[in-house]
Amino acid sequence: MRVTKSLALASAGLLLATSLAVAQPTEIRVGAPLEPPTLDPTAGAAESIDVVVYQNVFEGLTRIDQNGAVQPGLASEWTVSDDALTYRFKLHDGVTFHDGTSFDAEDVKFTFERILADDSVNAQKALYQAISAVNVIDPLTVEITLSRPDGLFLFNIGRGDAVIVAPESADNNATDPIGTGPFAFVQWDRGSRVVLEQYGPYWGEKPALTKATFVFISDTATMTNALLAGDVDGTYNFAAEALPVFDGNPKFKILVGTTEGETILSTNNKRAPFDKLEVRQAMAHAINREEIIEGATYGYGVPIGSHFAPHHPYYIDLTNTYPFDPEKAKALLADAGFPNGFSATLKLPPVAYARVSGQIIASEFAKVGIKLELINMEWAQWLEDVFANKDFDLTIISHVEPFDIGIYANPDYYFGYNNPEVQALNETLNATTDEAKRKELAQEMQTIIAKDAVNGFLFELAQTGVWNAKLEGMWPNAPVEGVVLRDVHWVE
Amino acid sequence: MNWTTLRRHPRLVIGLAATLIFAAMGLLSLIWTPYPITDIAIARRFATPGAEHLLGADQLGRDMLSLIMSGTLTSFTVAVMAIIIGVGIGVPLGLAAAIYGGPVEWVVLRFSDLAFAFPSVVIAILIATLMGPGAGNAVIAIGIFNVPVFAQVARGGALAISTLDFVAAARLAGLSRPMIALRHLLPNIASLIIVQGTIQLSLGILAEAGLSYIGLGTQPPATSLGLMLRDAQSLFLIHPWLSLAPGLAIVVIVIALNIAGDGLRDALDPRLKRQGLTNVAG
Repeated sequence: MRVTKSLALASAGLLLATSLAVAQPTEIRVGAPLEPPTLDPTAGAAESIDVVVYQNVFEGLTRIDQNGAVQPGLASEWTVSDDALTYRFKLHDGVTFHDGTSFDAEDVKFTFERILADDSVNAQKALYQAISAVNVIDPLTVEITLSRPDGLFLFNIGRGDAVIVAPESADNNATDPIGTGPFAFVQWDRGSRVVLEQYGPYWGEKPALTKATFVFISDTATMTNALLAGDVDGTYNFAAEALPVFDGNPKFKILVGTTEGETILSTNNKRAPFDKLEVRQAMAHAINREEIIEGATYGYGVPIGSHFAPHHPYYIDLTNTYPFDPEKAKALLADAGFPNGFSATLKLPPVAYARVSGQIIASEFAKVGIKLELINMEWAQWLEDVFANKDFDLTIISHVEPFDIGIYANPDYYFGYNNPEVQALNETLNATTDEAKRKELAQEMQTIIAKDAVNGFLFELAQTGVWNAKLEGMWPNAPVEGVVLRDVHWVE
Repeated sequence: MNWTTLRRHPRLVIGLAATLIFAAMGLLSLIWTPYPITDIAIARRFATPGAEHLLGADQLGRDMLSLIMSGTLTSFTVAVMAIIIGVGIGVPLGLAAAIYGGPVEWVVLRFSDLAFAFPSVVIAILIATLMGPGAGNAVIAIGIFNVPVFAQVARGGALAISTLDFVAAARLAGLSRPMIALRHLLPNIASLIIVQGTIQLSLGILAEAGLSYIGLGTQPPATSLGLMLRDAQSLFLIHPWLSLAPGLAIVVIVIALNIAGDGLRDALDPRLKRQGLTNVAG
């Protein structure tokens, strides 16, 4: 009896082994550092929402590809009127939401009206303010009219904030997201994971994966162990200090890519002594970018000299505007009336790049006479004190929005930079659709901002993903927030 | 206590010496460290222990020996302040419970039971979460937990002594109960409190390390042994030394304090040693 049983077990084990060897795995477990607060990307600013659902569960009219270019999404094609004010979109036929309801032009109209409604909770509502009307021409044609030309319109409607939702399900998307994407939401175990499954009737090309689980692990050491033990198959952006563990390990590969995160020493331009140009210039000269990049990102960050992503075609290198020169910094401080330096506070949000950069900058500034008191804060407190109430001297933060130089044209923005010249340039830029002219305007803005030393420009965050070596198709770059799984597959 | 007693208690000598060495290193960091602890130099990051850096350099190129000296001071300071809170509030409460009895005793004992019912670290996390992270709040969090410990020790010791004849004599002589507590009970339980203090000191250093490790204690650029462990954690697989150095420092300090505590108990009160401390120490 005993013999039979163990024989049966052995043959079952053999069967299992054979089937494993033959079948290519079609499931993936992705480690993510933060659990999303909700799963509705049109109702929250958190990047963690897009990480799970963008282009996986939800899709927009256009979609952003891994190089940041605009591709057709739910709209198969579109035409733009000569005055750049009217966009006519042709929609894909046979698209259904995961609850079985069909997708048509009415859903598009509903989506944009929901974004623009007075009680809208969309985090990027301002991006869509140019839309004046959304007209349904027929069930598969929709026309969007703008009140002013907007060079970023097609990009913005491809963001997670403008994914198409259905009137039948939109209210429940926070906990039970219903989209049109290649993966349908299955379940959300709070505090632990979100499970997605391939959506059978998906209109487009089917993804190779049949199941995707996002596992939330906030602690670096825990994530390292989960990767080493094979509990997760990869993570899209891992702490730089943990990368040497995986570097050279044949079971893993490290994908180094770009992000839209300009990391800056944000400076309260309205508060003395930072309202003095010489003081800001002195701080710029006191910053040793190479040391900060090496210390805070283990060399993976890319130096920036203004508020612009280095991989963007409009970028110009301004890192030498105020080169590292402590003597010059001291001289400038003396000119500004601070021969003995001054004291200030540096409020740091709870992210490793900010905390470590903060310590390094405090050490660098001390050498030119600026004594910084480091104040570590939690996110809620930072958002309240620094971002909302503008009660700060200095802070360190990564601005992760794509093409966000426009924040320098808003005098009410938290760092309080008020320069009519930049504001006029930005207005012209927004209304310009000619590429060459846009580039020229954007570069002029970058230069003025760099010369004014509005903030301390440190580095562009890198995206450093760690993945199982047998996985292909992940995006190395993050031109937009999200971990897009449509092309991810296992190879032998 | 004199040199002869010390010689008879080698445990006390070893424990006390090790503790004093660490305490002295910590105090020295106030006026001198090999390098300033805020001196960051990425160029010498992960320097191996050698002539320039006796214990190497950490992920920001800071000198590990300087960090450990300064971290030890933080750990000791937090633990000592917490003991001052514990003794300052706990001992009077315990004495009051012993001499008044009745409802006073009931309240003190129930308060102690309540505090003992929660693991100390949980209370500390609660306080640090409510009031925000920082060394000051760590002191309060650990100090609050020390209060019932010292209250119990003081009460137990005072009860044992108040049955002795000289206390009865003092009472007959017309001394008021608070005066008896102050003149006769307190001096006689002092050794108990000192012994308990050593134990609480080692627990306090552990608790501070724990709180800093989970990010609720000391905040950079100040440092503590627990904070160093936290910073080194994600580097453990590549640079284990960064975790081992502060980790070993904590272990050695705690062991030293425990040995010193045992030695002190034996040396200070042979009578209690014979009877067994467990009866009175709560």
